[in-house]
Amino acid sequence: MTDVFKDVASRHGSGTEALTGRRTIEVALGTSGLDAQGLPLRAPLVVQGGSAVALEPGMSRHEPELESDHMLINIGPQHPATHGVLRLVLELDGETVVRCIPHIGYLHCGFEKIGEYRQYNQIIPWTDREDYLNSPGNNVAFALGAERLFGVEVTERCTVLRVILMELSRIISHVVWLGTTSVDIGAFTPFLWLYQERENVYNLLEGWCGARLTTSITRVGGMAADIPDGWLDGLRAFIKGFPKTLDECVGMLETNAIWAGRTVGLGAIGPAEAINSGLSGPMLRASGVPYDVRRDFPYLDYETYDFDVPVGTTGDVYDRFLVRVEEMRQSIRILEQAVQRLPDGQVNIDDPRLILPAKHKATSEMESMIHHFKLVMEGPRPPVGECYVPVESPKGEKGYYMVSDGTSKPVRWRIRPPSFVNLSAIPKLVEGHLLSDVIAINASIDIVMGEIDR
Amino acid sequence: MTDQVAGTALAPMTDAAGTVAPTTMRGVPHRGGAENPSAAALLAHFGAAIARVDVVWGETTVVVQAASLHDIVAWLAADPAERYEYLSDVTAVEYRDFDRPLEVVWHLRSLVHRRFLRLKVQLPKRGALVVPSVIDIYSGADWLERECFDMFGVRFEGHPDMRRILLWEGYREGHPLRKDFPLRGRFSRAEQLKQALAADPEARYSMEELSIAQAFESLPLDMRERLAHRDASGDAGRTGE
Repeated sequence: MTDVFKDVASRHGSGTEALTGRRTIEVALGTSGLDAQGLPLRAPLVVQGGSAVALEPGMSRHEPELESDHMLINIGPQHPATHGVLRLVLELDGETVVRCIPHIGYLHCGFEKIGEYRQYNQIIPWTDREDYLNSPGNNVAFALGAERLFGVEVTERCTVLRVILMELSRIISHVVWLGTTSVDIGAFTPFLWLYQERENVYNLLEGWCGARLTTSITRVGGMAADIPDGWLDGLRAFIKGFPKTLDECVGMLETNAIWAGRTVGLGAIGPAEAINSGLSGPMLRASGVPYDVRRDFPYLDYETYDFDVPVGTTGDVYDRFLVRVEEMRQSIRILEQAVQRLPDGQVNIDDPRLILPAKHKATSEMESMIHHFKLVMEGPRPPVGECYVPVESPKGEKGYYMVSDGTSKPVRWRIRPPSFVNLSAIPKLVEGHLLSDVIAINASIDIVMGEIDR
Repeated sequence: MTDQVAGTALAPMTDAAGTVAPTTMRGVPHRGGAENPSAAALLAHFGAAIARVDVVWGETTVVVQAASLHDIVAWLAADPAERYEYLSDVTAVEYRDFDRPLEVVWHLRSLVHRRFLRLKVQLPKRGALVVPSVIDIYSGADWLERECFDMFGVRFEGHPDMRRILLWEGYREGHPLRKDFPLRGRFSRAEQLKQALAADPEARYSMEELSIAQAFESLPLDMRERLAHRDASGDAGRTGE
C-alpha cells in the first residue's frame, strides 16, 4: 500500500481494507497539456466508499506499484466480442497477455448423442443448428456422408445444385465474419452493407425451401425440393451485385490505416505449426499451406470447376482477412460456372429404399404405400460400415464420421468441428499480444460456438 | 524439424510421387477396393502390432495394438514416404452390442501425398480405457483427446491436462456418449435442477487460474473461506464420476 492511500484513508477515517492499490483510476484531463516536468496532466481518482473521488491538489502522485503483479482478466461468456458464449481467462502483465485459458462448453447440447437416436434424414435439422452460419453447407455435408454410407450417387442436377448451396453458404458465412470482425475492430459500415447481401442470399434460400436460417434443404439421395421457377434469375442478380458490394467494403478496409494497424502482424502462426495444430480452412491457408478439401480430396465434382485456392504469406489476422475475401470472389466464380452447367433432369435419385414416393402414388398404389410406410416408420437402413467424408466448410475441414451397424440409426455420428480445433490454438496465438488485440485475433479465427460445443 | 516440414509442405502437392490427380470418389465398393499403400508399409514395418487392415467405402482402416500406437503414429508422421503430418480427428465409437470392444479412432491425413488413413485401437470394456496420447506429435490433439475423455471416459496417457472440456469439472453423471448413458441423463430432472441451483458460481475459476497474480488473496474473506472449504471437502469432482 502506497502513501497516497494511507493519506486518503486516514483523512476519510475509513479502514484500510476499503482501499486497495488496484482501485486507482487515472483519467486524462479534457484539455491536453503538460505540466512543468513535461508529464501529461492527470486527475488521479481514488475509490472511496463506492464512488470515485479526486485527490486534492498538492498531494503526492505516486503510481501504485503494480509492476510485479500479474492481473487476471475474464472475458465472456457473455461478451459481444467473443462471438458467442466463449470465455477466455487471461493473465496479463500490464496490458500484455502472458497466458490465455479458454473455457468452452456453455452451448453443449449433445448433438452427437441425439443423432444416435434419430434416422439419417432426421439428423439433417440438427446439422442446421451446429454451425448455424453455414446451415446449407452442413446439410450438404451430412447428405454426402450418409450417401457414402448407403452406397448411392446423386444425380447430375443435384450435384450442381449442391455446389451452388455450398458456395452461397460460404459467402454468407464469410460475410458475417467480415461484418462482425469489422465491428469488433471499429468499422460499422461494412457490417450493414454486407448484411444486406446476406439478406439477399437468405431471400433466395427462403424462395427455395421456405426457411432462412435453418434450411434442412438436403435429403439422403437428393434435395427437399428442386429450385422454383425463376430462382436462377435471382441467383444471377446476386452474382452480379455481390462483387460490387464486396469491393466497396474491402476498399474501405484493405488500405485503411486503422484496419491495417489493428490486424497486420497479429496472431501470426507459421505453416509447420499451423499444420501441427490441426488448423484448417482460411486459418491454415493464411499461413501459406495450400490445403483445400475441395481441391485435395474433391467431392461434388469440384475438380471440374475452375477456381483458385488463395494462400497467405505470414498467417496473421490481415492475411486471414485477405484469404477470406479472395475465397468469396472464387465462390462467385464457381457459382457462375455452376449456373451455366446446371443440367435438367431429376433432383432425387430413383431409389425407393431412400426416396419417398410421390404423394399421389402413395395413396393409390399398394407398392408405393408400403415403401412410404417403411421409410417413415423405420427409416432407410445402410449396410454395416463406416465413413468419414470431409468437406471444405467456411471454417475449415468439416467432416461427418458415421458408423452404421445395419440399423436405421447411426451407432455414432461424429462431427469433426473445424472451429473447435482452430480455437484450440488461441493460447498460442494471443500470447505476447495486447489485451485489445485478443479481440481481433479471436475474431480472425471465425468461431461459431454452436459448432464448437455441439 | 518444424522448419524442414514447412519448406516441403509448400511444395506443389501434385508433384508428389505416386499421387494420382484427385477426383471425386465414384462407385466406391462397400468392401475391398484400393487399399492405402501406407497400410502395407505399416504391416512391413510393425508386423505384429497390426491386428487387421480393412477397406470400407474406399477408406483404409488399420487396427493396431494400443501399446504400439504412439510409435506407429510417430513413424507415420515422420517417415518421408508417409508424412501424415495432419491429425484430422480423434474420437471413439461404442457399439450397441455390449460385448464389442470400444474403439478409439484417429483420422490422419497426409497433405503431401493426399492420403487418408484411419487408425483404430480396440479397448475391451472390462479393462482400463487407456490409450497413449499423441499430443507430443500433434499439438492439435489437445482438445480432441480431452473431448474424447469427456464423452467416453477414455484416458490418454501422456496428456498433460486430462480434464473435461465441454462439460464442467463437477459433472457427476458420467460420460454422455457411452451407450449405457440414457439420452436424458442419469439424474432426474429434479436432481439436475437441484445441482444447478446449488452450483457454486465461484467454482468457475479453477484454483490454477486464481493462482495467477495471487488473485486468491485479494478475494473477499467470505469467498476465500467458501473456496477453501470446497477444496478441503473435495467437492471439485475432478473425474466427474
